Amino acid sequence: MSTPATTTGSRADSLRRRIRRPNLPKPRLPRRDRGLLKQEEIVPWSLADRIGLAAAWFCGLLLCAIAGSIVIYMLVRGLQYLSVDALLEHPVSLSTTQITGTAGGYLDPIEGTLILTALGTLIALPIGVGTAVWLSEYGKPAGLARAVESGVEIVAGTPTIVLAIFGLLVFTQGAFGFLSFKAEGGAVFGRSFLIAGIMMSLIAVPLIVGATREALQSIPAHVREASYALGKDKISTIRRVLLPASRKGIATGTTLGMGRIAGDTAIVILLLGGTSTLEPQGGTPILGTLKGTGSTLTSYVYNNSPAGEGNAPEKAYAAAFVLLIIVILMNFTVDLISRQRSDPWAR
Amino acid sequence: MGPLKQPPPVRRIVVDDEPTIVEPPKRSNGTSEEVKSGAAALLSAPRKREGRRGHVKERMKIDALGVAYAGKPAVKSVSLTVNQGEVLALIGPSGCGKTTLLRSLNRLVDQTPTATRSGTISIDGQDVDLIDVTELRRQVGMVFQQPNPFPMSVFDNVAYGLRERGSRRPSRVALRPSVEEALERAGLLEEVQDNLMHPALRLSGGQQQRLCIARSLAVGPEVLLLDEPCSALDPRSTSLIEELIMSLREEIAIVIVTHNLQQAYRVADRVAFMYLGDLVEYGDADQVFGAPKAKRTREYVSGGFG
Repeated sequence: MSTPATTTGSRADSLRRRIRRPNLPKPRLPRRDRGLLKQEEIVPWSLADRIGLAAAWFCGLLLCAIAGSIVIYMLVRGLQYLSVDALLEHPVSLSTTQITGTAGGYLDPIEGTLILTALGTLIALPIGVGTAVWLSEYGKPAGLARAVESGVEIVAGTPTIVLAIFGLLVFTQGAFGFLSFKAEGGAVFGRSFLIAGIMMSLIAVPLIVGATREALQSIPAHVREASYALGKDKISTIRRVLLPASRKGIATGTTLGMGRIAGDTAIVILLLGGTSTLEPQGGTPILGTLKGTGSTLTSYVYNNSPAGEGNAPEKAYAAAFVLLIIVILMNFTVDLISRQRSDPWAR
Repeated sequence: MGPLKQPPPVRRIVVDDEPTIVEPPKRSNGTSEEVKSGAAALLSAPRKREGRRGHVKERMKIDALGVAYAGKPAVKSVSLTVNQGEVLALIGPSGCGKTTLLRSLNRLVDQTPTATRSGTISIDGQDVDLIDVTELRRQVGMVFQQPNPFPMSVFDNVAYGLRERGSRRPSRVALRPSVEEALERAGLLEEVQDNLMHPALRLSGGQQQRLCIARSLAVGPEVLLLDEPCSALDPRSTSLIEELIMSLREEIAIVIVTHNLQQAYRVADRVAFMYLGDLVEYGDADQVFGAPKAKRTREYVSGGFG
């Protein structure tokens, strides 16, 4: 007699539980006050949730504060030592400073940064766009495409100091003598703008491949077909339709790559020869500079920081400020480009 | 004191009430009254075409065409002709092979790696497989469902098909007459005359689609394939494009794929009804819509399924 009664009771309970909203925690109100939905819905957050929320706020604000303090600190310190003269003067070594009494500027490092960035980008652009076009539009056989993809990923993941030491290993071989110059004994020096530029391009290539490929893949298939339907072949479709349509992606990847090249230090220190001024090799005006050695803002900052040999922190602050401005400007450019509508055919 | 507002009507849900059950529409069996009234409603709609003008000439002939994707047949042994001076509409439910048939006519199915094709298609008596595919696609133009102008100026879009590959690129001045003629034929010249150098993707959807038609016309095709050209457009643009189809059909053979039966009725001279890859019925628009021979056609045309 009692057994069926309890079963029906528990069934009714379970039914009621199912009807109730499952996500709400068990109300603490007495049963008779159930009807007061308002009170039932105000359930305080658990302690863990509150701590989580506070932590999320804190992390976000902390990052803002760090970014802000970098810019402000560099701005204050940089502007303090920055002068127009310094921007337009050649650097001099510490010993010369002691003799002549002039501090010297960082014209050569700025030029070096610009030359190296331009060189690296010029080499990386065709390689990156070509790889992306092959991966996106051809990509056959599939095994080769996978190999190319992993190759790009490996290059992207290699630390630049490893790229630099590898470059030194390769380009000191006799066959690459034309890229730098030969020392008296006939050994290849293996350090020049050309060589540093080639290795720098490897930093930018994966970024350009990624952005270009994404842009190509976002072009709908019917746009390609529309070109074929007008009697065009694949090559002219790529050349006249697909590449113009992925201009924004290419520009984004390139600018990101330029920022990374301008900010890299390891390759400069190992592969640019370590002279503070531009030292052209041979008579030809432009080629001579490219085959010669020099410095960039990054190596200049390193050398003049308390860790380097120059130990002239005020110069390092100013140069670091100039570098920061260049890289921030590039990142803003990326933002501007990628904010525009990327898929005009989407409706 | 202002006048009291009427309270909004309150909908009460009464739990113990009997639910209202709407009778499901009866399956039309092809002979019932509803079928006749459905077809009658369609036939009484205003029609754009007024019979054929000019002489009708056979342009393309499809003979026992079969297309399969990875062995799965999409079009099974379809034979029909495409005539100049006529608009041929391909109708049928989704996935019945209309678009595949259309894409076979300019060999765009060849782009799909898994597709295999059997049977023959000829244009002016020549097998399309024996013609250079570039040449074929210049003779058989195509407009797609989504307006897809290229990311360049209006002028360059129309001139795109005219420009040869590689070294010999004709100058703007040399191309201008043909570009303007194509825009004129597509009824777009007046609207874009002053800004031919503006980016084409800034045009409205309807203008973009007419630009795509102009782009195809510039190459001088003999057959124009339209793959649901109005399904992404508003009614006004649709109407403009239908008028355009009417004006073009005298010089060009037009094949249009459409899901819109009213549209097929408005513009088509000849209708092919396809179902699951088969060509069920092919004939005069008046006959297919007014007195369909096959049961399936009757059901589809009267809105029984699809």
